[in-house]
Amino acid sequence: MSTKVATKAAPAPAPATPEPPRPAGKSRRAWDEAPRWQIYLPLGIYLVFTLIPFYWILLFSLRPAGSTSLVPWPMTFDHFEKVWTERSFGIYFQNSVLVGVVTLVMTTLVALAGGYALARFNFRVKQVFMLALLCSQFVPGALLLVPLFEIFAELQMINSLGSVIIAETVFQLPLSMILISNFIKNVPYSLEEAAWVDGCNRFKAFRIVVLPLLRPGLIAVGSFAFVHSWNHFLFALMFLNNQQKQTIPVGLNTLMGADSVDLGALAAGGIIAAVPVVIVFAFIQKWLITGFSAGAVKG
Amino acid sequence: MAQAAAVAKPPAPPRRRRASATPRRLPYLLIAPAALLMLGFIAYPVISVFYYSLQNYNPTKPWRNGYAGFDNFVRIFTDDPLFWDSLVFSAKWVFVEVGLQLLFGLALALIVNQTFVGRGLGRALVFSPWAVSGVLTSAIWVLLYNSQTGITRYLADMGIGSYGTSWLSDTSTVFPAAIVADLWRGVPFFAILILADLQSVSKDLYEAAEVDGASRIKQFWHITLPHLKDAIILSTLLRAVWEFNNVDLLYTLTGGGPAGVTTTLPLYIASTSVESHNFGYASALTTVAFVILLFCSLVYLRMSKFGGENK
Repeated sequence: MSTKVATKAAPAPAPATPEPPRPAGKSRRAWDEAPRWQIYLPLGIYLVFTLIPFYWILLFSLRPAGSTSLVPWPMTFDHFEKVWTERSFGIYFQNSVLVGVVTLVMTTLVALAGGYALARFNFRVKQVFMLALLCSQFVPGALLLVPLFEIFAELQMINSLGSVIIAETVFQLPLSMILISNFIKNVPYSLEEAAWVDGCNRFKAFRIVVLPLLRPGLIAVGSFAFVHSWNHFLFALMFLNNQQKQTIPVGLNTLMGADSVDLGALAAGGIIAAVPVVIVFAFIQKWLITGFSAGAVKG
Repeated sequence: MAQAAAVAKPPAPPRRRRASATPRRLPYLLIAPAALLMLGFIAYPVISVFYYSLQNYNPTKPWRNGYAGFDNFVRIFTDDPLFWDSLVFSAKWVFVEVGLQLLFGLALALIVNQTFVGRGLGRALVFSPWAVSGVLTSAIWVLLYNSQTGITRYLADMGIGSYGTSWLSDTSTVFPAAIVADLWRGVPFFAILILADLQSVSKDLYEAAEVDGASRIKQFWHITLPHLKDAIILSTLLRAVWEFNNVDLLYTLTGGGPAGVTTTLPLYIASTSVESHNFGYASALTTVAFVILLFCSLVYLRMSKFGGENK
């Protein structure tokens, strides 16, 4: 026990040392601080560019059809009702949640196992495997549609959400694994060794000592996988012909048919598609930056 | 305490060996799921694409299927203006798009890296389009660009432009219109990656530079930029590859039109395989795209001296 506590405490003061000269952001330091207007003016302009599209889609989803008002008043929820029931967005939503969550879990678990192996072991095919991970980034998912379709047809998985989940997972894996192995490398090996000394086996040591420290990284990778599979369109479009099995992006695409566009329905569908990812994003935004910063592919 | 630790130490080596009792097989077991998935669903499809590229393969015309040799490739380079058009548009698209994303993303990251009131909220807001991608971005911008009720109408009310124009159906405006839509979601992505790296620049360097009297522009040029170099090189490459390969946005925003002026090579391939069922030819196009992508990436990494002196 004592060994573990000692080793665990040791790295903690290290990041704390640069802190003292900066007491709670009170004393603003002139050298890396821009004048206020140089921050707020460009940020304000960029914020307008970011928010107008969001406002626009909210406006269209809430105001009655035919209205040209720039304020969504009187407010109506007809578009949402129509999209949710008539355009079966309710079913699409369920399907998308299922695909997103299962992809998240599978990607995280498989990448965690692989990432641990890459971070902690030297084995014969490691270099080849790393090279394959990098090369796979150049393989365009969209261009492999035909062979993938044939594989899933062979496996009798066309029109089953499993095909989309597998495809999304596979294309998330390489980057997730590289990120996770970098996160694990940042956790001192001595912490694990200390846990072994205290009688943990490898798995238990990993679970008790390493896993909690990986949380920000896992949140970053998992949310990345969820958001990607939630938004991605082509696999679902290709592998799912049954309308009851479709996902939200495909539903949105059908609403965008050429000229006869029901703009209110499109906007309401867009809001439904945006809400889960924006909520996920709002929660994980902070971890995302620290996560990427810790897992960044350095030199 | 110290005594207890001293007593506990001696038996450590044997325990450690037991803890990693299967060190030979364990790493292979751990990478097996990932390796199998990638072999089955990336490596095998890639190989079959190479194989199909040498075939006449069209499920709707089975009587004409069979070995084609290099006919498909000969046709691509000698008898297919659509290939060259889509390749040129792809290059233009990736170059302009990634260049602007890098520029704005870097600026945005530098801004939100400062401390200011409301930074958390500001970051969350400007980064939020990152979560929204592909089809949803198209949906939003289709609404904005709509000729009847889109932003052009309100601009026309203010005396800018004319009524009834749609930027997406005019060959002269569709390119900038699509670029702006893609920037909306691409800039936050770059900004997040660069911001992540910015946070690891030591403050001491700026302090020292300040003492030496370096201006903020000089500090940026001599401290910030060199530090970000590797991150920028890598994220630019990844983004370029993704922008090249991505079909979600353009497929749903413009469908490759009007008059095919926004057809990228992957869009052309998708329409060749999905709509025309010409799988053999599409596979040959895929192979060519893959080789071009790989070649450009290697040239880029070589020219940018990735890793530089640090290695």
